[in-house]
Amino acid sequence: MHHLSLYFHFVKLRIRSQMEYRLSFVFDLFAQASISVIDFFMIALLFNRFKQLAGWNLWEVGFLYGMIGSCFALSEMIGRGFDIFQRSVVRGDFDTMLIRPLGTFYQVLAHEFLLRRVGRLAQAFVVLLIANSQLAIPWSFAKVAYLLISLVGGTCFFIGLCVLGATTCFWTVQSIELINIFTNGGVFMGSYPFGIYQRWFRHFFTFIVPLACVNYFPSLFLLEKVASSGASPLGVQLAPLAGLLFLSITMVFWRWGVSHYQSTGH
Amino acid sequence: MIEVDNLSKTFKVYHHRKGFFGSFVNLFSRKHRIVQAVDSVSFTVNRGEIVGYLGPNGAGKSTTIKMLTGILVPTSGRVTVNGYIPHRQRKENAKRIGVVFGQRSHLWFDLPVRESFELLQRIYRIPEAQYCHNVEMFDKLLSLGNFFQTPVRQLSLGQRMRADIAAALLHNPDVLFLDEPTIGLDVVAKARIRQFIQQINAERQVTVVLTTHDLDDVEKLCKRVILIDNARLCFDGELAVLRRLLSTERLLIVDYAEVYPDISIPNVHITYQEGTRVQYRFSPEEISTARLISAILQKFRIVDISVQEPDIEELIKTVYEDNLLLNQRSNSP
Repeated sequence: MHHLSLYFHFVKLRIRSQMEYRLSFVFDLFAQASISVIDFFMIALLFNRFKQLAGWNLWEVGFLYGMIGSCFALSEMIGRGFDIFQRSVVRGDFDTMLIRPLGTFYQVLAHEFLLRRVGRLAQAFVVLLIANSQLAIPWSFAKVAYLLISLVGGTCFFIGLCVLGATTCFWTVQSIELINIFTNGGVFMGSYPFGIYQRWFRHFFTFIVPLACVNYFPSLFLLEKVASSGASPLGVQLAPLAGLLFLSITMVFWRWGVSHYQSTGH
Repeated sequence: MIEVDNLSKTFKVYHHRKGFFGSFVNLFSRKHRIVQAVDSVSFTVNRGEIVGYLGPNGAGKSTTIKMLTGILVPTSGRVTVNGYIPHRQRKENAKRIGVVFGQRSHLWFDLPVRESFELLQRIYRIPEAQYCHNVEMFDKLLSLGNFFQTPVRQLSLGQRMRADIAAALLHNPDVLFLDEPTIGLDVVAKARIRQFIQQINAERQVTVVLTTHDLDDVEKLCKRVILIDNARLCFDGELAVLRRLLSTERLLIVDYAEVYPDISIPNVHITYQEGTRVQYRFSPEEISTARLISAILQKFRIVDISVQEPDIEELIKTVYEDNLLLNQRSNSP
Protein backbone atom coordinates (compact mmCIF):
# COMPACT_ATOMS: atom_id res chain seq x y z
CA MET A 1 0.00 0.00 0.00
CA HIS A 2 2.82 2.33 0.92
CA HIS A 3 4.59 1.46 -2.34
CA LEU A 4 1.49 2.03 -4.43
CA SER A 5 0.67 5.41 -2.95
CA LEU A 6 4.32 6.44 -3.22
CA TYR A 7 4.31 5.36 -6.88
CA PHE A 8 1.32 7.56 -7.64
CA HIS A 9 2.99 10.40 -5.80
CA PHE A 10 6.05 10.02 -8.06
CA VAL A 11 3.80 9.91 -11.14
CA LYS A 12 2.01 13.04 -9.99
CA LEU A 13 5.31 14.88 -9.64
CA ARG A 14 6.51 13.73 -13.05
CA ILE A 15 3.29 14.83 -14.72
CA ARG A 16 3.44 18.18 -13.02
CA SER A 17 6.98 18.84 -14.21
CA GLN A 18 6.07 17.77 -17.77
CA MET A 19 3.16 20.18 -17.66
CA GLU A 20 5.55 23.06 -17.07
CA TYR A 21 6.19 23.04 -20.79
CA ARG A 22 2.55 23.00 -21.74
CA LEU A 23 2.84 24.10 -25.35
CA SER A 24 5.48 21.52 -26.16
CA PHE A 25 3.32 18.94 -24.42
CA VAL A 26 0.21 19.70 -26.46
CA PHE A 27 2.19 19.83 -29.68
CA ASP A 28 3.79 16.48 -28.92
CA LEU A 29 0.46 14.93 -28.06
CA PHE A 30 -0.94 16.06 -31.37
CA ALA A 31 2.12 14.96 -33.37
CA GLN A 32 2.08 11.53 -31.74
CA ALA A 33 -1.56 10.98 -32.57
CA SER A 34 -1.27 12.20 -36.17
CA ILE A 35 1.75 10.02 -36.94
CA SER A 36 -0.16 6.99 -35.70
CA VAL A 37 -3.21 7.96 -37.75
CA ILE A 38 -1.02 7.93 -40.87
CA ASP A 39 0.25 4.54 -39.70
CA PHE A 40 -3.20 3.06 -39.75
CA PHE A 41 -4.08 4.85 -42.94
CA MET A 42 -1.32 2.87 -44.69
CA ILE A 43 -2.90 -0.39 -43.54
CA ALA A 44 -6.32 0.77 -44.67
CA LEU A 45 -4.87 1.66 -48.07
CA LEU A 46 -3.55 -1.87 -48.41
CA PHE A 47 -7.00 -3.29 -47.78
CA ASN A 48 -8.51 -0.97 -50.32
CA ARG A 49 -6.71 -3.11 -52.87
CA PHE A 50 -6.76 -6.60 -51.32
CA LYS A 51 -9.94 -6.67 -49.16
CA GLN A 52 -8.63 -9.75 -47.28
CA LEU A 53 -5.31 -10.72 -45.71
CA ALA A 54 -4.92 -14.37 -44.66
CA GLY A 55 -8.66 -14.46 -44.04
CA TRP A 56 -8.77 -11.20 -42.06
CA ASN A 57 -10.69 -8.15 -43.20
CA LEU A 58 -9.76 -4.52 -42.56
CA TRP A 59 -11.62 -4.12 -39.28
CA GLU A 60 -10.32 -7.35 -37.85
CA VAL A 61 -6.80 -6.13 -38.62
CA GLY A 62 -7.81 -2.78 -37.11
CA PHE A 63 -8.66 -4.67 -33.94
CA LEU A 64 -5.17 -6.23 -33.93
CA TYR A 65 -3.65 -2.84 -34.59
CA GLY A 66 -5.66 -1.10 -31.87
CA MET A 67 -4.72 -3.69 -29.29
CA ILE A 68 -1.00 -3.73 -29.97
CA GLY A 69 -0.89 0.05 -30.35
CA SER A 70 -2.63 0.60 -27.00
CA CYS A 71 -0.29 -1.82 -25.23
CA PHE A 72 2.78 -0.21 -26.75
CA ALA A 73 1.66 3.32 -25.87
CA LEU A 74 0.86 2.21 -22.30
CA SER A 75 4.22 0.52 -21.95
CA GLU A 76 6.02 3.63 -23.16
CA MET A 77 4.09 5.69 -20.67
CA ILE A 78 4.70 3.44 -17.68
CA GLY A 79 8.04 1.85 -18.59
CA ARG A 80 9.74 5.04 -19.70
CA GLY A 81 12.23 4.76 -16.84
CA PHE A 82 13.66 1.63 -18.42
CA ASP A 83 13.67 3.23 -21.86
CA ILE A 84 15.95 6.01 -20.68
CA PHE A 85 17.84 3.87 -18.21
CA GLN A 86 21.15 4.38 -19.98
CA ARG A 87 20.89 8.08 -19.17
CA SER A 88 20.21 7.27 -15.51
CA VAL A 89 23.39 5.20 -15.38
CA VAL A 90 25.53 7.86 -17.05
CA ARG A 91 24.15 10.64 -14.85
CA GLY A 92 24.54 8.62 -11.69
CA ASP A 93 20.80 8.56 -10.94
CA PHE A 94 21.02 4.81 -10.55
CA ASP A 95 23.64 5.24 -7.80
CA THR A 96 21.09 7.35 -5.97
CA MET A 97 18.45 4.65 -6.34
CA LEU A 98 20.82 2.13 -4.81
CA ILE A 99 21.17 4.14 -1.61
CA ARG A 100 17.40 4.32 -1.12
CA PRO A 101 15.52 1.70 0.90
CA LEU A 102 13.37 0.70 -2.09
CA GLY A 103 13.72 -1.94 -4.80
CA THR A 104 15.62 -0.93 -7.92
CA PHE A 105 12.94 -2.20 -10.32
CA TYR A 106 10.32 -0.19 -8.50
CA GLN A 107 12.43 2.94 -8.47
CA VAL A 108 13.31 2.81 -12.17
CA LEU A 109 9.62 2.36 -12.93
CA ALA A 110 8.70 5.31 -10.72
CA HIS A 111 11.55 7.41 -12.08
CA GLU A 112 9.70 8.53 -15.18
CA PHE A 113 6.16 8.62 -16.51
CA LEU A 114 5.66 9.83 -20.06
CA LEU A 115 2.21 11.36 -20.09
CA ARG A 116 2.50 12.58 -23.68
CA ARG A 117 2.06 9.02 -24.94
CA VAL A 118 -1.58 9.58 -24.14
CA GLY A 119 -1.86 10.90 -27.72
CA ARG A 120 -0.76 7.63 -29.18
CA LEU A 121 -2.82 5.64 -26.72
CA ALA A 122 -5.94 7.60 -27.63
CA GLN A 123 -5.39 7.06 -31.35
CA ALA A 124 -4.87 3.30 -30.98
CA PHE A 125 -7.83 2.99 -28.65
CA VAL A 126 -10.09 4.89 -31.03
CA VAL A 127 -9.10 2.47 -33.82
CA LEU A 128 -9.96 -0.38 -31.46
CA LEU A 129 -13.37 1.14 -30.71
CA ILE A 130 -14.18 1.77 -34.38
CA ALA A 131 -13.10 -1.75 -35.29
CA ASN A 132 -15.33 -3.07 -32.52
CA SER A 133 -18.34 -1.11 -33.77
CA GLN A 134 -17.81 -2.49 -37.29
CA LEU A 135 -17.35 -6.09 -36.17
CA ALA A 136 -20.33 -6.53 -33.82
CA ILE A 137 -18.41 -8.74 -31.37
CA PRO A 138 -20.77 -10.49 -28.94
CA TRP A 139 -19.27 -9.10 -25.71
CA SER A 140 -19.75 -10.93 -22.44
CA PHE A 141 -18.31 -10.33 -19.00
CA ALA A 142 -15.69 -13.04 -19.60
CA LYS A 143 -14.68 -11.52 -22.91
CA VAL A 144 -14.26 -8.04 -21.44
CA ALA A 145 -12.15 -9.48 -18.62
CA TYR A 146 -10.14 -11.42 -21.18
CA LEU A 147 -9.56 -8.25 -23.23
CA LEU A 148 -8.37 -6.36 -20.14
CA ILE A 149 -6.00 -9.15 -19.16
CA SER A 150 -4.70 -9.19 -22.75
CA LEU A 151 -4.07 -5.44 -22.65
CA VAL A 152 -2.27 -5.81 -19.33
CA GLY A 153 -0.30 -8.77 -20.71
CA GLY A 154 0.66 -6.83 -23.82
CA THR A 155 1.76 -3.83 -21.79
CA CYS A 156 3.81 -6.12 -19.56
CA PHE A 157 5.34 -7.71 -22.65
CA PHE A 158 6.58 -4.39 -24.02
CA ILE A 159 7.78 -3.25 -20.60
CA GLY A 160 9.65 -6.56 -20.39
CA LEU A 161 11.42 -5.72 -23.65
CA CYS A 162 12.44 -2.32 -22.21
CA VAL A 163 13.71 -4.07 -19.07
CA LEU A 164 15.83 -6.36 -21.23
CA GLY A 165 17.26 -3.37 -23.08
CA ALA A 166 17.92 -1.54 -19.81
CA THR A 167 19.62 -4.57 -18.29
CA THR A 168 22.22 -4.60 -21.06
CA CYS A 169 23.31 -1.16 -19.78
CA PHE A 170 24.95 -2.94 -16.85
CA TRP A 171 27.54 -4.34 -19.22
CA THR A 172 27.71 -1.82 -21.98
CA VAL A 173 27.01 1.85 -21.71
CA GLN A 174 26.41 1.90 -25.45
CA SER A 175 22.73 1.32 -25.85
CA ILE A 176 21.84 -1.78 -27.80
CA GLU A 177 19.45 -0.88 -30.56
CA LEU A 178 18.53 -4.53 -30.91
CA ILE A 179 15.63 -4.10 -28.52
CA ASN A 180 14.04 -1.45 -30.74
CA ILE A 181 13.77 -4.06 -33.46
CA PHE A 182 11.45 -5.93 -31.14
CA THR A 183 9.52 -2.98 -29.75
CA ASN A 184 8.89 -0.84 -32.83
CA GLY A 185 9.17 -3.86 -35.08
CA GLY A 186 6.79 -5.73 -32.78
CA VAL A 187 4.12 -3.09 -33.16
CA PHE A 188 4.45 -3.25 -36.92
CA MET A 189 4.49 -7.03 -37.02
CA GLY A 190 1.65 -7.38 -34.55
CA SER A 191 -0.55 -5.18 -36.72
CA TYR A 192 -0.90 -8.00 -39.24
CA PRO A 193 -2.38 -11.47 -38.79
CA PHE A 194 0.32 -13.96 -37.90
CA GLY A 195 -0.82 -16.37 -40.60
CA ILE A 196 1.08 -14.37 -43.19
CA TYR A 197 4.45 -15.11 -41.57
CA GLN A 198 6.77 -18.10 -41.88
CA ARG A 199 6.41 -21.01 -39.48
CA TRP A 200 9.76 -20.54 -37.66
CA PHE A 201 9.00 -16.86 -37.36
CA ARG A 202 5.61 -17.53 -35.78
CA HIS A 203 7.17 -19.97 -33.33
CA PHE A 204 9.86 -17.50 -32.38
CA PHE A 205 7.28 -14.79 -31.63
CA THR A 206 5.10 -17.20 -29.70
CA PHE A 207 7.51 -19.16 -27.54
CA ILE A 208 10.67 -17.03 -27.25
CA VAL A 209 9.41 -13.47 -27.57
CA PRO A 210 5.69 -13.97 -26.88
CA LEU A 211 4.35 -11.14 -29.01
CA ALA A 212 1.64 -13.30 -30.60
CA CYS A 213 0.41 -14.40 -27.17
CA VAL A 214 -0.64 -10.90 -26.16
CA ASN A 215 -2.08 -9.77 -29.46
CA TYR A 216 -2.76 -12.32 -32.17
CA PHE A 217 -4.12 -15.16 -30.05
CA PRO A 218 -6.31 -12.88 -27.91
CA SER A 219 -7.72 -11.36 -31.11
CA LEU A 220 -8.44 -14.86 -32.44
CA PHE A 221 -10.39 -15.57 -29.28
CA LEU A 222 -12.29 -12.29 -29.17
CA LEU A 223 -13.10 -12.33 -32.89
CA GLU A 224 -14.08 -16.00 -32.66
CA LYS A 225 -11.56 -17.15 -35.20
CA VAL A 226 -9.91 -19.82 -33.04
CA ALA A 227 -11.49 -22.78 -34.77
CA SER A 228 -10.64 -21.61 -38.29
CA SER A 229 -7.01 -20.83 -37.31
CA GLY A 230 -6.26 -24.30 -35.97
CA ALA A 231 -4.78 -22.93 -32.74
CA SER A 232 -5.29 -24.84 -29.48
CA PRO A 233 -8.35 -23.37 -27.67
CA LEU A 234 -6.81 -23.79 -24.22
CA GLY A 235 -3.54 -22.30 -25.40
CA VAL A 236 -5.38 -19.28 -26.75
CA GLN A 237 -7.22 -18.79 -23.48
CA LEU A 238 -4.01 -18.84 -21.46
CA ALA A 239 -1.94 -16.92 -23.99
CA PRO A 240 -2.25 -13.40 -22.46
CA LEU A 241 -0.58 -14.66 -19.29
CA ALA A 242 2.61 -15.13 -21.33
CA GLY A 243 3.06 -11.36 -21.18
CA LEU A 244 3.13 -11.45 -17.38
CA LEU A 245 5.46 -14.45 -17.43
CA PHE A 246 7.76 -12.67 -19.88
CA LEU A 247 7.97 -9.62 -17.62
CA SER A 248 8.69 -11.83 -14.60
CA ILE A 249 11.57 -13.50 -16.43
CA THR A 250 13.05 -10.17 -17.47
CA MET A 251 12.77 -9.04 -13.83
CA VAL A 252 14.94 -11.99 -12.79
CA PHE A 253 17.41 -11.01 -15.50
CA TRP A 254 17.27 -7.44 -14.19
CA ARG A 255 18.14 -8.54 -10.64
CA TRP A 256 21.09 -10.46 -11.96
CA GLY A 257 22.18 -7.41 -13.97
CA VAL A 258 22.03 -5.12 -10.94
CA SER A 259 24.56 -7.32 -9.13
CA HIS A 260 26.94 -6.71 -12.05
CA TYR A 261 26.56 -2.96 -11.92
CA GLN A 262 29.91 -1.17 -12.07
CA SER A 263 28.73 2.41 -11.49
CA THR A 264 30.39 5.32 -13.22
CA GLY A 265 33.68 6.54 -11.93
CA HIS A 266 34.43 9.67 -10.10
CA MET B 1 29.88 -0.10 13.41
CA ILE B 2 31.74 -0.55 10.13
CA GLU B 3 33.94 -3.54 9.53
CA VAL B 4 35.94 -3.97 6.38
CA ASP B 5 38.02 -7.07 5.98
CA ASN B 6 40.29 -7.71 3.02
CA LEU B 7 37.98 -5.84 0.72
CA SER B 8 38.84 -5.80 -2.98
CA LYS B 9 37.15 -4.56 -6.10
CA THR B 10 38.25 -5.08 -9.65
CA PHE B 11 36.62 -3.54 -12.68
CA LYS B 12 36.55 -4.84 -16.18
CA VAL B 13 37.18 -1.97 -18.52
CA TYR B 14 36.06 -2.75 -22.02
CA HIS B 15 37.77 -1.60 -25.11
CA HIS B 16 35.19 -0.19 -27.49
CA ARG B 17 35.64 -0.50 -31.20
CA LYS B 18 34.54 2.56 -33.05
CA GLY B 19 32.13 2.95 -35.94
CA PHE B 20 29.10 1.02 -37.07
CA PHE B 21 30.93 -2.20 -37.83
CA GLY B 22 32.92 -1.86 -34.62
CA SER B 23 29.84 -1.59 -32.43
CA PHE B 24 28.48 -4.69 -34.12
CA VAL B 25 31.66 -6.60 -33.36
CA ASN B 26 31.46 -5.26 -29.77
CA LEU B 27 28.32 -7.29 -29.25
CA PHE B 28 30.17 -10.54 -29.69
CA SER B 29 33.73 -10.04 -28.65
CA ARG B 30 35.08 -7.40 -26.41
CA LYS B 31 38.61 -6.92 -25.25
CA HIS B 32 38.92 -5.84 -21.67
CA ARG B 33 41.54 -5.16 -19.09
CA ILE B 34 41.18 -5.62 -15.36
CA VAL B 35 41.58 -2.58 -13.16
CA GLN B 36 42.16 -3.10 -9.46
CA ALA B 37 40.28 -0.24 -7.80
CA VAL B 38 40.49 -1.45 -4.20
CA ASP B 39 43.01 -4.02 -3.09
CA SER B 40 42.71 -5.95 0.20
CA VAL B 41 41.66 -3.04 2.36
CA SER B 42 40.82 -3.70 6.02
CA PHE B 43 39.72 -1.33 8.75
CA THR B 44 37.15 -0.91 11.50
CA VAL B 45 35.24 2.22 12.41
CA ASN B 46 33.59 2.54 15.82
CA ARG B 47 30.36 4.26 16.68
CA GLY B 48 30.63 8.03 16.90
CA GLU B 49 33.98 8.31 15.15
CA ILE B 50 34.75 10.74 12.37
CA VAL B 51 37.20 9.10 10.03
CA GLY B 52 38.91 10.82 7.13
CA TYR B 53 39.34 8.49 4.20
CA LEU B 54 42.03 10.09 2.10
CA GLY B 55 43.94 9.47 -1.04
CA PRO B 56 44.82 11.04 -4.38
CA ASN B 57 42.46 10.99 -7.35
CA GLY B 58 41.65 7.50 -8.50
CA ALA B 59 43.06 5.90 -5.37
CA GLY B 60 39.87 3.98 -4.72
CA LYS B 61 38.12 6.22 -2.18
CA SER B 62 34.80 6.47 -3.97
CA THR B 63 34.84 2.80 -4.88
CA THR B 64 35.22 1.90 -1.21
CA ILE B 65 32.38 4.24 -0.24
CA LYS B 66 30.21 2.71 -2.97
CA MET B 67 30.82 -0.75 -1.53
CA LEU B 68 30.00 0.45 1.98
CA THR B 69 26.75 2.00 0.79
CA GLY B 70 25.64 -1.01 -1.26
CA ILE B 71 26.05 0.60 -4.68
CA LEU B 72 28.80 -1.79 -5.74
CA VAL B 73 29.26 -5.47 -5.04
CA PRO B 74 32.79 -6.28 -3.80
CA THR B 75 34.90 -8.66 -5.84
CA SER B 76 36.17 -10.27 -2.66
CA GLY B 77 36.42 -9.64 1.05
CA ARG B 78 33.88 -8.85 3.72
CA VAL B 79 32.12 -5.68 4.67
CA THR B 80 29.45 -4.99 7.26
CA VAL B 81 27.80 -1.72 8.25
CA ASN B 82 25.59 -1.75 11.36
CA GLY B 83 25.80 -5.52 11.10
CA TYR B 84 24.33 -5.53 7.59
CA ILE B 85 26.13 -6.64 4.45
CA PRO B 86 25.45 -3.60 2.26
CA HIS B 87 25.16 -5.28 -1.14
CA ARG B 88 23.07 -8.21 0.12
CA GLN B 89 20.90 -6.32 2.60
CA ARG B 90 20.92 -3.14 0.58
CA LYS B 91 17.50 -1.85 1.67
CA GLU B 92 18.01 -2.54 5.38
CA ASN B 93 21.42 -0.89 5.19
CA ALA B 94 19.99 2.07 3.28
CA LYS B 95 17.57 2.83 6.13
CA ARG B 96 20.45 3.20 8.58
CA ILE B 97 22.92 5.22 6.49
CA GLY B 98 23.05 8.66 4.95
CA VAL B 99 25.08 9.32 1.81
CA VAL B 100 26.29 12.55 0.24
CA PHE B 101 28.33 12.77 -2.93
CA GLY B 102 29.86 16.18 -3.45
CA GLN B 103 30.05 15.67 -7.19
CA ARG B 104 26.35 15.16 -7.68
CA SER B 105 23.10 15.67 -5.86
CA HIS B 106 20.83 12.93 -4.62
CA LEU B 107 17.88 15.30 -4.65
CA TRP B 108 15.30 15.66 -7.41
CA PHE B 109 16.56 18.17 -9.87
CA ASP B 110 13.27 19.83 -10.77
CA LEU B 111 11.65 19.76 -7.34
CA PRO B 112 11.93 22.48 -4.71
CA VAL B 113 14.03 21.48 -1.70
CA ARG B 114 10.91 21.27 0.46
CA GLU B 115 9.24 18.76 -1.86
CA SER B 116 12.43 16.72 -2.15
CA PHE B 117 12.46 16.51 1.62
CA GLU B 118 8.80 15.51 1.78
CA LEU B 119 9.45 12.82 -0.80
CA LEU B 120 12.29 11.51 1.36
CA GLN B 121 9.96 11.55 4.33
CA ARG B 122 7.66 9.22 2.44
CA ILE B 123 10.44 7.02 1.07
CA TYR B 124 12.03 6.49 4.49
CA ARG B 125 8.67 6.58 6.29
CA ILE B 126 9.90 9.22 8.70
CA PRO B 127 7.35 9.97 11.46
CA GLU B 128 5.94 13.49 11.22
CA ALA B 129 7.33 14.62 14.60
CA GLN B 130 10.85 13.47 13.78
CA TYR B 131 10.65 15.05 10.34
CA CYS B 132 9.54 18.43 11.68
CA HIS B 133 12.11 18.37 14.45
CA ASN B 134 14.92 17.58 11.99
CA VAL B 135 13.92 20.15 9.42
CA GLU B 136 13.71 22.79 12.10
CA MET B 137 17.10 21.88 13.53
CA PHE B 138 18.83 21.71 10.13
CA ASP B 139 17.27 24.98 9.15
CA LYS B 140 18.68 26.61 12.26
CA LEU B 141 22.17 25.25 11.62
CA LEU B 142 22.30 25.52 7.83
CA SER B 143 19.78 28.33 7.08
CA LEU B 144 17.82 26.22 4.64
CA GLY B 145 14.91 28.65 4.88
CA ASN B 146 16.41 31.01 2.30
CA PHE B 147 16.11 28.46 -0.46
CA PHE B 148 13.62 25.94 0.89
CA GLN B 149 11.11 26.68 -1.89
CA THR B 150 13.72 26.88 -4.68
CA PRO B 151 14.06 24.06 -7.21
CA VAL B 152 17.28 22.13 -6.66
CA ARG B 153 18.55 22.92 -10.13
CA GLN B 154 18.59 26.63 -9.29
CA LEU B 155 20.63 26.30 -6.09
CA SER B 156 24.21 27.49 -5.78
CA LEU B 157 26.78 24.82 -5.10
CA GLY B 158 26.97 25.75 -1.42
CA GLN B 159 23.19 25.74 -1.00
CA ARG B 160 22.90 22.43 -2.82
CA MET B 161 25.52 20.89 -0.57
CA ARG B 162 23.71 22.09 2.54
CA ALA B 163 20.42 20.73 1.21
CA ASP B 164 22.03 17.40 0.33
CA ILE B 165 23.62 16.94 3.73
CA ALA B 166 20.40 17.83 5.54
CA ALA B 167 18.51 15.42 3.25
CA ALA B 168 20.91 12.61 4.08
CA LEU B 169 20.23 13.08 7.80
CA LEU B 170 16.43 13.37 7.79
CA HIS B 171 15.92 9.71 8.66
CA ASN B 172 18.38 9.82 11.59
CA PRO B 173 20.99 7.49 10.12
CA ASP B 174 23.65 5.93 12.32
CA VAL B 175 26.36 6.38 9.73
CA LEU B 176 26.96 9.27 7.39
CA PHE B 177 29.12 8.81 4.29
CA LEU B 178 30.42 12.02 2.82
CA ASP B 179 32.28 11.84 -0.47
CA GLU B 180 34.06 15.14 -1.08
CA PRO B 181 31.45 17.24 0.73
CA THR B 182 33.36 20.52 0.41
CA ILE B 183 34.57 20.20 -3.16
CA GLY B 184 34.33 23.48 -5.04
CA LEU B 185 33.00 25.45 -2.06
CA ASP B 186 34.33 28.77 -0.80
CA VAL B 187 35.95 29.16 2.60
CA VAL B 188 32.81 30.35 4.39
CA ALA B 189 30.64 27.56 2.99
CA LYS B 190 33.26 24.97 3.88
CA ALA B 191 33.48 26.22 7.46
CA ARG B 192 29.72 26.10 7.81
CA ILE B 193 29.48 22.52 6.59
CA ARG B 194 32.36 21.38 8.79
CA GLN B 195 30.74 22.93 11.83
CA PHE B 196 27.48 21.22 11.03
CA ILE B 197 29.12 17.82 10.65
CA GLN B 198 30.89 18.31 13.95
CA GLN B 199 27.70 19.23 15.73
CA ILE B 200 25.71 16.33 14.30
CA ASN B 201 28.47 13.95 15.25
CA ALA B 202 28.65 15.30 18.80
CA GLU B 203 24.90 15.52 19.46
CA ARG B 204 23.69 12.37 17.73
CA GLN B 205 26.73 10.14 17.87
CA VAL B 206 26.53 9.78 14.10
CA THR B 207 29.52 7.90 12.74
CA VAL B 208 31.04 9.84 9.85
CA VAL B 209 33.23 8.53 7.06
CA LEU B 210 34.56 11.38 5.00
CA THR B 211 36.58 11.31 1.81
CA THR B 212 38.25 14.51 0.84
CA HIS B 213 41.07 16.19 -0.97
CA ASP B 214 41.04 19.04 1.43
CA LEU B 215 43.49 18.65 4.30
CA ASP B 216 41.73 21.48 6.07
CA ASP B 217 38.61 19.32 6.26
CA VAL B 218 40.62 16.60 7.87
CA GLU B 219 42.34 18.85 10.36
CA LYS B 220 39.07 20.41 11.46
CA LEU B 221 37.03 17.23 11.62
CA CYS B 222 38.93 13.99 11.96
CA LYS B 223 40.83 12.52 14.85
CA ARG B 224 41.63 9.52 12.77
CA VAL B 225 42.59 9.14 9.13
CA ILE B 226 42.91 6.28 6.72
CA LEU B 227 45.10 6.85 3.70
CA ILE B 228 44.86 4.83 0.55
CA ASP B 229 46.96 5.04 -2.54
CA ASN B 230 46.92 2.88 -5.63
CA ALA B 231 43.98 0.90 -4.25
CA ARG B 232 45.93 -0.14 -1.14
CA LEU B 233 45.65 1.06 2.40
CA CYS B 234 48.88 2.79 3.37
CA PHE B 235 48.15 4.44 6.70
CA ASP B 236 45.52 4.07 9.40
CA GLY B 237 45.97 6.05 12.55
CA GLU B 238 45.69 9.24 14.53
CA LEU B 239 45.63 12.56 12.82
CA ALA B 240 48.29 13.69 15.34
CA VAL B 241 50.75 11.34 13.68
CA LEU B 242 49.81 12.70 10.34
CA ARG B 243 50.12 16.24 11.58
CA ARG B 244 53.72 15.59 12.50
CA LEU B 245 54.28 14.61 8.92
CA LEU B 246 52.45 17.66 7.74
CA SER B 247 54.68 19.96 9.71
CA THR B 248 57.83 18.48 8.27
CA GLU B 249 58.11 20.63 5.21
CA ARG B 250 56.52 23.60 3.57
CA LEU B 251 57.08 25.66 0.48
CA LEU B 252 57.56 29.42 0.39
CA ILE B 253 57.13 31.12 -2.96
CA VAL B 254 58.54 34.64 -3.27
CA ASP B 255 58.29 37.12 -6.14
CA TYR B 256 61.19 39.54 -5.71
CA ALA B 257 61.07 43.10 -6.93
CA GLU B 258 64.35 42.58 -8.82
CA VAL B 259 66.87 39.83 -9.52
CA TYR B 260 69.28 39.55 -6.58
CA PRO B 261 72.64 37.83 -6.96
CA ASP B 262 72.45 35.86 -3.72
CA ILE B 263 69.09 34.95 -2.31
CA SER B 264 70.09 32.00 -0.17
CA ILE B 265 68.88 31.80 3.44
CA PRO B 266 70.56 29.54 6.04
CA ASN B 267 68.75 26.21 6.69
CA VAL B 268 66.48 26.70 3.68
CA HIS B 269 66.72 24.98 0.31
CA ILE B 270 66.02 26.71 -2.95
CA THR B 271 64.01 24.23 -4.97
CA TYR B 272 63.17 26.35 -7.95
CA GLN B 273 64.19 29.70 -9.42
CA GLU B 274 63.09 31.52 -12.52
CA GLY B 275 63.69 35.25 -12.97
CA THR B 276 62.45 37.01 -9.88
CA ARG B 277 60.38 34.05 -8.66
CA VAL B 278 61.99 31.75 -6.12
CA GLN B 279 60.63 28.73 -4.32
CA TYR B 280 62.11 27.74 -0.96
CA ARG B 281 61.60 24.51 0.89
CA PHE B 282 61.89 24.71 4.66
CA SER B 283 61.02 22.83 7.76
CA PRO B 284 59.01 24.79 10.36
CA GLU B 285 60.86 22.94 13.11
CA GLU B 286 64.15 24.47 12.01
CA ILE B 287 62.93 27.90 11.07
CA SER B 288 59.43 29.22 11.69
CA THR B 289 57.47 30.66 8.79
CA ALA B 290 57.40 34.07 10.47
CA ARG B 291 61.17 34.16 10.98
CA LEU B 292 61.86 33.08 7.44
CA ILE B 293 59.63 35.78 6.01
CA SER B 294 61.11 38.50 8.22
CA ALA B 295 64.63 37.35 7.25
CA ILE B 296 63.71 37.76 3.59
CA LEU B 297 62.03 41.12 4.14
CA GLN B 298 65.08 42.48 5.96
CA LYS B 299 67.38 41.84 3.02
CA PHE B 300 65.23 42.19 -0.09
CA ARG B 301 62.29 43.99 -1.59
CA ILE B 302 59.47 41.68 -2.59
CA VAL B 303 56.29 41.92 -4.68
CA ASP B 304 54.42 38.87 -3.46
CA ILE B 305 54.88 36.00 -1.07
CA SER B 306 52.92 32.82 -0.37
CA VAL B 307 53.26 29.72 1.77
CA GLN B 308 52.18 26.37 0.40
CA GLU B 309 51.11 23.47 2.54
CA PRO B 310 51.94 20.03 1.26
CA ASP B 311 48.95 18.44 -0.47
CA ILE B 312 47.68 14.91 -0.16
CA GLU B 313 49.90 13.61 -2.94
CA GLU B 314 52.97 14.91 -1.14
CA LEU B 315 51.71 13.61 2.14
CA ILE B 316 51.44 10.13 0.72
CA LYS B 317 54.96 10.40 -0.63
CA THR B 318 56.12 11.26 2.89
CA VAL B 319 54.19 8.36 4.33
CA TYR B 320 56.00 6.01 2.00
CA GLU B 321 59.37 7.59 2.59
CA ASP B 322 59.06 7.43 6.37
CA ASN B 323 57.91 3.87 6.10
CA LEU B 324 54.91 4.42 8.28
CA LEU B 325 53.52 1.54 6.33
CA LEU B 326 55.13 -0.62 8.97
CA ASN B 327 52.35 0.33 11.38
CA GLN B 328 49.98 -1.30 9.03
CA ARG B 329 51.83 -4.48 8.18
CA SER B 330 50.89 -6.21 11.41
CA ASN B 331 47.21 -6.59 10.55
CA SER B 332 47.37 -7.26 6.82
CA PRO B 333 49.17 -10.15 5.19
